[in-house]
Formats: sequence, structure tokens, C-alpha cells
Amino acid sequence: MAVTLDDVRHIASLARLGLDVERAQSLVAELNTILEHMEALSRVDTGGIEPVAGIGAAGVPLHLDAGPPIPMARERETFAPSMRDGFFLVPRLSTHEDPEAAS
Amino acid sequence: MSRDAEGAGLTEWSAGELADLVTRGEASPRAAADASLDRAAAAGAGRDGLNILLYEDRRDAHRQADAVAAGRDRGHAGPLAGVPVVVKDNIATTVLPTSCGSRILEGYVSPFDATAVRRLREAGAVIVAKSNMDEFAMGSSTENSAFGPARNPLAPSRVPGGSSGGSAAAVAAGIVRIALGSETGGSVRQPAAFCGVVGVKPTYGRVSRYGLVAFASSLDQIGVFGRTVDDAALGLRSIAGLDPLDPTSAPEPVAAYGDAARGSLAGVVIGRPREYFPPDLDPRIRDKCDAAIDELRSLGAEVRDVSLPHTGLAIQVYYILAPAEASSNLARFDGVRYGLRIEGDGLRGMYEATRSSGFGPEVTRRILLGTYVLSAGYYDAYYRKAQQVRALIARDFAAVFASGVHLLFTPTTPTPAFELGARSDPYEMYLSDIFTCTANLAGVPAMSIPIGRVDGMPVGGQLVASHFDERQMFAAAFALERRLGAGARQ
Repeated sequence: MAVTLDDVRHIASLARLGLDVERAQSLVAELNTILEHMEALSRVDTGGIEPVAGIGAAGVPLHLDAGPPIPMARERETFAPSMRDGFFLVPRLSTHEDPEAAS
Repeated sequence: MSRDAEGAGLTEWSAGELADLVTRGEASPRAAADASLDRAAAAGAGRDGLNILLYEDRRDAHRQADAVAAGRDRGHAGPLAGVPVVVKDNIATTVLPTSCGSRILEGYVSPFDATAVRRLREAGAVIVAKSNMDEFAMGSSTENSAFGPARNPLAPSRVPGGSSGGSAAAVAAGIVRIALGSETGGSVRQPAAFCGVVGVKPTYGRVSRYGLVAFASSLDQIGVFGRTVDDAALGLRSIAGLDPLDPTSAPEPVAAYGDAARGSLAGVVIGRPREYFPPDLDPRIRDKCDAAIDELRSLGAEVRDVSLPHTGLAIQVYYILAPAEASSNLARFDGVRYGLRIEGDGLRGMYEATRSSGFGPEVTRRILLGTYVLSAGYYDAYYRKAQQVRALIARDFAAVFASGVHLLFTPTTPTPAFELGARSDPYEMYLSDIFTCTANLAGVPAMSIPIGRVDGMPVGGQLVASHFDERQMFAAAFALERRLGAGARQ
């Protein structure tokens, strides 16, 4: 299952990473070298073995959807330059409509 | 250097001794913080020297120290009263930045403390600095930091290990007796071995990860460095235990690990897993391990040869699962919520420009590897398969511990610390974790302690216990340290 340049471009797109041609080509070689070592797994008999997403001694117990307040060192309003109606305002993108005109 | 209750000599006391001096009013927390920061300056710990500390703030250290002194004067002195501590740069702290060794978070200051940091402060510790690390904890040498590589204080041409290399080096350089690191595949134990200090990875769930920037959530755990086993025991005791803010933290009782110091290991069965002593293991590392095993035997332990048959697949499993989880966890760094933002063509262009500029080469490589193994057509062959083999690795450990073995003893690393730039092939670097990542995959506790030196560089021996049996692990570590001497400098 060799990785191709198109594969690298595709997964870079999925991961929202911009790559120039030179870097994409070097990643083809790097990923193929790494994945060659991973082929050892294909030779392991895993019939009847349930995949595990994590290992806890007794699994992760359910918790109440509540907890103590998080002690904050500063007010929520200081996290971003400005807020409106309880929401943080983030920098406007040039492709977005004018927020003042839309409101 | 003489041990003194003031000035530079304050760095020579163990964490417990210093806390006792502070509690009795015989040492000042402010003087202890100053001694630590002065030692950092003298050791060249900053960016133009060993590059092991990224951020420090003497004025904030004084503020914390004065609060500890005021508490002490009111009769409230914690077990770490006035003890300076260094914290890895991926564990959230107020005042000092939390940048994960990455350009994408450069200058970011958390509005809250991680639970482990809050507990350290409640125990009286003074956070004096944040330490250098491989970017987002992805690396085994601290060469992948966006702020330049860290150097090993014992031999500056060599790496300190990673990814928590800055914290390990800060303890080795005598700046602090206790430091926090984080583990995903060995990032505390491996640098501890390279720097000649003690490094502990607790059981998955033992320490709250609230405020630890996520890398691979099914593996991540905050760990502790100590100059001695006692320092590490005190540090772990202070941060362990259930935390309602972390649903993976476990409601298991926390022992006073320092009380595990006792003479004999009679009745303790220690397994020597043959897969960790392959024929091509550096004979000098093998000799040091054999000598340590002889000491454990002479202390009363029964040593048995055991087998963990799937060990040889652990690197492959780890380097599929960890990048897969990282590719998801690091999606949050997108130019909107945290740190760096580079404008591009529209929203997508902004995401791509920000992430491409903000992430370094190893992080980019792992995000792409993780995205690939999770993508349609490859999920079953790589990700699901790795999850199945992880189950087999965990079964290996469970079977050995169920057979009456209490602890395992192995080398921590296949080699001593290597030269900066010596490992340019990513997979060759990944092999640095070959003896450590199994404990993360199985969720069991493990620690590295110094067992000797090869060509002047430290060698680490690894003790592994069953889930939540850190006390047994510390008992053996205390006993071995007493025999070999703290730091095992021979």
C-alpha cells in the first residue's frame, strides 16, 4: 500500500495543511518508509480480538455532567478582544460579509 | 556545594528536607526560589545556553513564595512548602506561557492552572519556570522544539532525551529537585534515563490531565521527575488522585509513596522479560541491567525470566495510534481559537496557512500519518489492526502479573544519550521508545531510575508494575537506589 503524491495531497487537504511540492514529495518518501515498518502488523493473527480504544484498569466510569467551577485566573471577557451577546468575536475573514451590515 | 539554609546551598536539600526547613521557619521560600533561578542562570539554562528553560518570571516566583511564607506563618505549610518546581511547557499555568514548544501557541497564556499545577501550588510548591520540549511532545530528543534544541547538562553535545527533555535536564542541572513532564510513549522515562534522574509515569488515570494539552488521549499521562526516588515520590503524591474535571482520572486511593522505603524486598517477585534483552542490545547496557538485577536479588527479591511476546510490535502500534489521535486533537489549532493566525484565501486558506506556518516538520509528519491511517480504505489495515494488537500487548502484561510477578525490570532505553543531530531518520528516532511505549499502551505504571554510567553517560533501569501499584514500584526503586547510590554515578 504505497503512498503516492496524490495521497499526500489528499490527506494534507483533509488535515488542512498547505504543502509545497518539494515538501509533499519528501513526505511521500518519509511516509512510505514509516509505513513499511507497519506492515509487520498485517502478519499478526488478530482473529477474535476486539480492538481497544483505550486502556483503563476498569474502563472510564460515567460521571455526572457537572463539576466544580473551573478556577479562572482572569475574567472570561479577557480571552478575546471583544464579545457580543455572550459570544467571543473572532477576527473577520476577508471573504465573509460585513458583520455590521449583516446585523 | 555545601548544604545551607540560605543562598545557593538551598538547591542541595531534597524536596522533603527543604519543605521541613521552610515549615520550621529555618528557610525562606523566596530564598529557595532565588537559589533555583540563580542556579538556572549559572548553569546557562536559558535559550542562549542549554536551552532547557523557555519561560521564567522571578517576580511571579517571589509572589508565589511570599504567599507560601504567609501561609506558613498562619500555620498552613504543605508537604512541598517553598519547593521550587519546573513544569513542562504543555501543562497549563497562569502567568507563565504554555506554548507546547510550538510556534502555533507562542505567547499563549492559559487562563487556568492544570489540576496537577494547582495541586502543586496547594502543597506549597513554587513554579519557577516552564521547560523546553519537543513540539506538542512529539519527539525523543527535544530537538523538535520550535525554540531550538535543548542540550544535556551532563554533556552539552548530546540530547537530554524527550519529549520532556527540558524538565529532566532542569533536575539534572540541580535547578530543581522536582519537575513535571508528560508521557505518551516514554517522554518522562527516556529523558530521565538520558539525564541520570528518576522519572515516573503513573498508571493511566492516576493523575488528572485537566490542563495537559492533549496529544494522544488514550495514552497521555502527566509524570514526575525527581533527583532521587524520594523527590519523585513526594511529587507524585502531591498531584495524584481523582479530579472531577478529568473523566479519565480514577477514584483509586493514593498511597504515601515515600513510606514505601524499606529495606528488604523479600517476597517480591520481579520478572525479567526476555524481549527487552534482545541479542543486539548494547552489551554495556545489558551489563548495567544485570548488575541491578543482581542487587534486586540480593535485596531478597525473586527474579524470574518472563515473556511479553507482542513487545516487538509495540513501536508499530504506538506510531499508528498516537499520530491518529494527534491528528484529531491538533485540529483545534486552526487560527481561530488559539495563538498564531496567518491570513489566506478564505477560511480554508487561513486554516492551511496558519497550520503550515505554525506546525514544525515532525508534527506535520505525524498529523499526515495519523490522517492517512484513519482515512477510508486504510482504517482497517492500520488503525483497527493496531487497536487489536494493543489489546494483545495489554494481555501480555495482565498475564505476567496474574502469574504472581509483582514487578518487571528492563532497560529504559537501548542506548545512552546520543549526539545532537545523530538521528535524522524518523523511524530510527521512533525506536528510542522501544522499551517504554509498551507501558503506555497497557496503561500500567513504570519508572526509570539511574543504574550506572557508560562512557560517563547515565543508564536507566525501568521498573514496571500492575495498574495502580505504584507503591510496589517505589519500594523496589528506593531499595535499588540505596544500593547503587542516588544518581548511580559508577
